[in-house]
Order: sequence, then structure tokens, then C-alpha cells
Amino acid sequence: MSKVSFSVNGEVRDLELDTRTTLLDALREHLHLTGTKKGCDHGQCGACTVIVDGRRINACLSLAVMHEGDAITTVEGLGSPENLHPMQAAFIKHDGFQCGYCTPGQICSSVAVLEEIKAGIPSHVTADLTAASQVTPEEIRERMSGNICRCGAYSNILDAITEVAERQA
Amino acid sequence: MKFDTPATTNPIDRMKVVGQPIDRIDGRLKTTGQAPYAYEQNDAVRDPAYGYVIGAAIAKGRITGMDLRAARAAPGVLAIVTAENAGPLGKGDMNTARLLGGPEVDHYHQAIAVVVAETFEQARDAAQRVRVDYAPAGGAFDLAAARDTAKEVDQSASSVGDFEGAFAAAAVQLDATYTTPDQSHAMMEPHASIAAWQGDRLVVWTSNQMINWSAGDLAKTLKLPKEKVRLISPFIGGGFGGKLFLRSDAVMAALGSRAAKRPVKVALQRPLMMNNTTHRPATIQRIRIGAAPDGRIGAIAHESWSGDLPGGGPETAVDQTRLLYAGANRLTQLRLAVLDLPEGNAMRAPGEAPGLMALEIAMDEMAEKLGMDPVQFRIVNDTQVDPNDPDRPFSQRQLVKCLQLGAERFGWDQRNPRPGQSRQGRWLTGMGMASAFRNNLVMKSAARLRLDSRGEVTVETDMTDIGTGSYTIIAQTAAEMMGVPIDKVTVRLGDSSFPVSAGSGGQWGANSSTAGVYAACMKLREAVARKLGFNSADAVFAEGQVRSGNRGATLAEAAGPDGIVVEDILEYGDLSKRFQQSTFGAHFVEVAVDAATGEARVRRMLAVCAAGRILNPKTARSQVIGAMTMGVGAALMEELALDKRRGFFVNHDLAGYEVPVHADIPHQEVIFLDEADPISSPMKAKGVGELGLCGVGAAIANAIHNATGVRVRDYPITLDKYLDRLPEAV
Repeated sequence: MSKVSFSVNGEVRDLELDTRTTLLDALREHLHLTGTKKGCDHGQCGACTVIVDGRRINACLSLAVMHEGDAITTVEGLGSPENLHPMQAAFIKHDGFQCGYCTPGQICSSVAVLEEIKAGIPSHVTADLTAASQVTPEEIRERMSGNICRCGAYSNILDAITEVAERQA
Repeated sequence: MKFDTPATTNPIDRMKVVGQPIDRIDGRLKTTGQAPYAYEQNDAVRDPAYGYVIGAAIAKGRITGMDLRAARAAPGVLAIVTAENAGPLGKGDMNTARLLGGPEVDHYHQAIAVVVAETFEQARDAAQRVRVDYAPAGGAFDLAAARDTAKEVDQSASSVGDFEGAFAAAAVQLDATYTTPDQSHAMMEPHASIAAWQGDRLVVWTSNQMINWSAGDLAKTLKLPKEKVRLISPFIGGGFGGKLFLRSDAVMAALGSRAAKRPVKVALQRPLMMNNTTHRPATIQRIRIGAAPDGRIGAIAHESWSGDLPGGGPETAVDQTRLLYAGANRLTQLRLAVLDLPEGNAMRAPGEAPGLMALEIAMDEMAEKLGMDPVQFRIVNDTQVDPNDPDRPFSQRQLVKCLQLGAERFGWDQRNPRPGQSRQGRWLTGMGMASAFRNNLVMKSAARLRLDSRGEVTVETDMTDIGTGSYTIIAQTAAEMMGVPIDKVTVRLGDSSFPVSAGSGGQWGANSSTAGVYAACMKLREAVARKLGFNSADAVFAEGQVRSGNRGATLAEAAGPDGIVVEDILEYGDLSKRFQQSTFGAHFVEVAVDAATGEARVRRMLAVCAAGRILNPKTARSQVIGAMTMGVGAALMEELALDKRRGFFVNHDLAGYEVPVHADIPHQEVIFLDEADPISSPMKAKGVGELGLCGVGAAIANAIHNATGVRVRDYPITLDKYLDRLPEAV
């Protein structure tokens, strides 16, 4: 067992955990923040995507005790049913989900992807590494490809992200 | 309510709420992480222990010894359940293989133990300490090798006229064999359950499409009376047929909980899913088509071979060929081999999905032999009656309109009929199409309604929402019927204490479950009218009020302080026998294939669907684009790779079993024809969730042929199967 302290959605949480506990299980089983989903537990599906210190990660691939002092944002921290984040509202409007199980991960990824593009971080499909990154369908599809949606809502998710990006621009 | 004559005008026809593209009513919960799935019942279940499932490491044989000592001594362990100490177990009616194996092992990764511990980490650790010795036995694993041992499936043969004679005499003939691989549902939420015993009663929160089937099968497996078992499944993270049945997660949670005397939660570990649960079985399909020079089919035969465990069933890949095209001489036949692989069973559009992957390539090949446009070839062979029984009409059949509208909207006239001729830089480009067909099944379905003193309506039914939009269309149905805004309707689903519904499967869920709600609403309307002394026949329900002549009252007044509760079921007569009910569509696809590397990319996709009344165009469209996406997977990448020596699927996780990702999927277009089918139900709706998948794989295969000139008949169409046959790269 080991002590760890980090903030989740702006609230400091002090936990004493089995050192084998992943960040994902710390969130789901210890803090009961079950919005972050376990789809594979092996970093293969993206359902557990959360934002740590501004960067998106697969929470299942990271032990909780590695996050001392980190600031973690989960889907619950982006918005609530009564006060939706613009990305959550866009997913509803464009029906960017069906079963909903990959959805929190898709939304956390989407929010982080737009920040990555803004920050000029290139992707595999960025043609010109010296130019400013653009919000194009190809860039969004490439950067979102770590988040599997078996219901196949990709076309609608792209529409949702594009709308939020255009509003931010 | 009995539905035995075609629907006439009814309150749904107002289409003020039904038929509108309303956002999902559960959308705010799902997008904010507040929708509680099976494993997330922290409000209902306190202090659960954790179960970790051990899967058999052989495909067939016997466990000769299990050494549990180290595991039992490991920290936090509360119980270990194996076949030896589980007590007598039955087997569910819908299960082929037992859900707890041992000492005999029926298939690879069959559950043979569950280790229960205080924490997930402790259960996982202790499970690694269990030592199992096996005496493996030989088995049959390879369908191609077992093909000649396959037996004819009873009543699967269908013969009209003289196929052999007509085929032999046909001016243009095709005789080709196609294969489709084993596929995995690979839904995002693993099979998961929490079990809690309350005395001799068992409550299980689970992720399941068919609550009533699975409550019955869990009771049967545990040898309990069905009324002692309650299943609760409010949100389901995808199913696609993989959660139609009771699976080992629920049984292991129940047994683990009984042994540990604590609520126990079990999520099937992802690497177990592909071999522990069911899959879509591989097929070998032989198709023969004979046609006259004008393109009219005179002879058509479709035979399919598949395998399953003893007692299992075939993949019914020939069914659509009985109904899709005209032709006086016909033959279909299924054959089933015994294979010692994991259990084969239904996956989205069972039968038609792999069947059309083969048939619709065959139709493309035939069109090419005839020198006909593939769209025109299909139009020429349309039939408005069941080809096996010309006195039996289709209730609605707008296949030709789907084909024509699709061709027009997609720009099919831009397609070069000569394959391998269209080039854009490094890309060979091509277009392909296929017909879509899936039968429309109807299932009896019940619902309970409560009208309360605020004039609000609550619907309860054990229907499930697996992403299909059941919550939303049921709310739309109740709102339309009772004349209230949709936010005055509460929908509660997925609980075996609610009236038994159609459940989610076979694309029957939307039409059947809303028809059950319709029946209950009719009863509630009568109860309201009676209470107010109105004549229910001329009572008008609108804007929260009920009016009859110059009298009127609010629903709240009608309900009174005690409210009104009614329950009804919609049952079907013989309309399904008198009419052939099916859904139709056409898929159009453009692909680009890298002339040097063979990489295939899907550039554009269009589906045109004729599927009765569309209850919610937004959620229905999502069903179709999702199915089209699964069709891209089936065409280009999905295959459970089989180890033919050891008898298991090797790529048993989401990295090895490749499904489409964002980068694989272009913008997708869907057009629904304006249709209402009064034969199907009072809703006049049909299913679309499986129709959207049917034919997609072949449309892509045909587009790759058009782009490259190479015909691949073995799915998935990976580049290793055509790279050496690509046109010379300049």
C-alpha cells in the first residue's frame, strides 16, 4: 500500500492504494468516478482516456501512485448533465455516440485534440511540420484513432468536434 | 392487444413527436459519465468483492488437477469457485457450451474458475497462482478440413423448379466459392455483472440485450425458480448479438457471491472475450447463378458450410437468397460441421451479413459476365412476390427505388465499367454497390404505464437500449400517444421486474418494443376516457389535455391523486405468414487502392434504406452509419485468426482483432425512403440496425475489383490477397 495525492476535477484527493492499482481503477473503484470506462484494460481501446496536466492519457496504462501532485480531469470534470461542456453538447446534437461506453473517452480525447492542434503539436498526417497545425477532417480522424467506437459513430463524432473547433476559432 | 389485421389510421400517424429527429433523452447522462453501466452500481451495491475469471488453456480435453493452495493463501482471497465445488449446475436453453467448464473442457478459454478477493488486484494476482493440469484431446478446428464431414441441416434445404437443369442450360453461368472468417462482436463494454444474494433471491446487475431470456437461463443454470432471479440492465455498452444470452460473467458473479457471502462484481477480462463468449462463425459459400443474355436469372443456388460445437447451429448464410431476386429454378442448402471451437452464435444480421458478403460479389461477377451494369442487373431481377410462393407478396418492397435513387445520388454514372482503368496519382479508384436485405421480424412485447397526478407518464418495460435509441423512441411513442411533451415521459428499461418486452436483437427491437408501448397507451387512453366519462373513440389527446366534443380535462385531473396504472402486450397474428416482411436498401461505395502498396481506403459511402416508418431519423441514421462502419471492418480487416493446431482464436484482444477506427471511416450518407408499412405493426415501422450492415462488405469488395481489376473472394480483403495481381504500377 502506498499513499498518493492528486487533484481530480479540481478537488484534491488523498488515497492509500495497493501500488498495483491503475489510475483507471483508482478513479472507478476508489473514487467512484465511473464516467471513465474500462474497455480493455490494456491501452487498446481509449475508453479510459483522461486528461492529466493538460495531456490525454490512457488511465489503464498508468499506475495511480505515479500521479503524485498531478491535476486530472475526467469526463465528470468537463461538464454535468445540467451544465454541459460544449463538446458534450455537440456530441448530443450530432448523435456522436450510441451505446455511450466509449463516449467519455472520445470526449476527453476530443477536448485534448483541439488543444494539441492549437499548441502546434504535429500528427502523422501533418504535411508541413513548420506550418501551424490546422483543424482538418484528416487531422481529427488521425488524432482520434486511438479511441475505438464499435457502434461506429465516427462520422458524427467528426461533425461534433468540427463544430466545436469552428466555434472556438 | 392482438395485431392481426393491417394497421389503419392511428394516433402515431400524427408524427408530431414520432418521426422527429429528437436528441437522445439519455444523451446528457451518457456524455457526462453519469449513466451507470453494469459494473458501476455504486449506489445500489455496497462493499462488493471482485471476481477474476480463469479460462481454460486447452480447446478440448480434461482438467486432471487444479492446485488452488497458493491462490487460497494469497492476500485478500475470499473464495475460489470451480466445477468441483460449485454444486450442481444446469445449462441455459440458449447456451450451447456450459458457462463453467471442468473437468471436461469444451472450448478454449471456457471459464473453469473464478477467484474472489477483496480487491481487483488481489483477485488477479491470486488467479495467476492457480495451477491447472490438463489432458488435452484432439479436436476438429478447421472448417475447410471438416467441410466433407458437414451434415445437411434439417429443413434448411429449399428447392424450387429444376435448378440443375436450368443452370446447365443457362447462356451465362457463374459457379464460385467465397469464404467469410470468424468475427468478434468486440463491443466496447466487456461482459460484466454484479451479483448480490438476498437470502435465496439473487439480484444481478448485468449487461444484456435479452432480459427475459437471460433471467430464465440464469435461473436454470443455478437450478433456481425463475422468480427468485432479478436481472437489471439499465445501460449496455454495446452488444451486437454478443450479449443476447447469459454468459459466464453473470454465472461467475453469482457463484462467487454465494461462496464469498458478499456481492461480487465480475468483468470478463478483455483477452478472454473472443474465445470465452460467442462469435460469428466462418462460412464457406458456393453460389451458382445462371442467366439469359438479357440478364434474367433462370437458376440460382446458394449453399453454405459452417461449424459449431456439438448441439450448436449453423450460420444461416443462404436465407436472403431465397427472397432477394427472381428466378424460376432455385436451390439453397445449409451444412453444419462439428468444430471444437468456441461457441458460434448470432452477430449483427446473422445469416444475411455473411450471406450477402458472398451473394453480392456473385451478382457483381454475373453482371460483368453479362456486360450489364450491376445496378441494372439487380433491377431486372426484382420480384414483388416471394419467389418460393408467388401467392405471397412482400408487404412493401422498394428495392428498385433504393437502387435507382442511390445510383443517382452517388454519381454512379461516373463509374468506369472497365476495372483497373481509373487513376488519380498513386491511387487506383473504383466504385462498387450491393443490394441490402434483411428480414423484418416481429416479437410480442409488453409495457406498463403510469399516469400520475402531475399528468406525467412513466413507461416500464424490460426492453434494453444497447445504443439503439430505445429510451428515446419509447418516450416519443408514449408522448405521441398520450399527447404530452416528451419531457413529461420517463422511461425505465432493462429490469426483469418489468413487463417482458421483445428485447434487443434481430433488428426487431425498435418496432416491436414501441408497438408494445402503443398497446399499453391505447389501454391508458381508454382508462382515462372512461374515468372522465368520455367516449374513448372520439377522445383527442393533445397538449397534456384530453378533449371530447366540447368537454375537456387535463391528464393530471384525469389521473387524480392515485394515478392510473395499466399494462398491455402487443401480440401478432399471421400477417407475417401471409406477407413476406423484409427491409431493403442499396449500398454505394468509392474506394482508392494504392497502386504500389495495395493499401485500400474507403472514400465515400452511401446507404439508401426502405425500412418502414423511421421512428427517429437521427438515431436511425446512427444505426445505419454504425452498421456501415462494421461493414468496412468485415470487408477490410476483421478476422479472428485461428490456430488450427490448438483450436483457439489467437488475436483475442482489441489490438489483435482489428476494427475500424476514425481514420478508416469517411463521411457517410444515409437516405431513408418515405415509407410506412401497415403490415408490420401499429407503428408501421421496421428495423434498420442490421439492414445497414447487409451488403456493405460486398459493395467494398466490388469497388476494389472496379479499382484494381482483381477479384478477391475470401474476406477480409487484405492487401496480401491481391498485391501481386495489381496493375503494373507506372
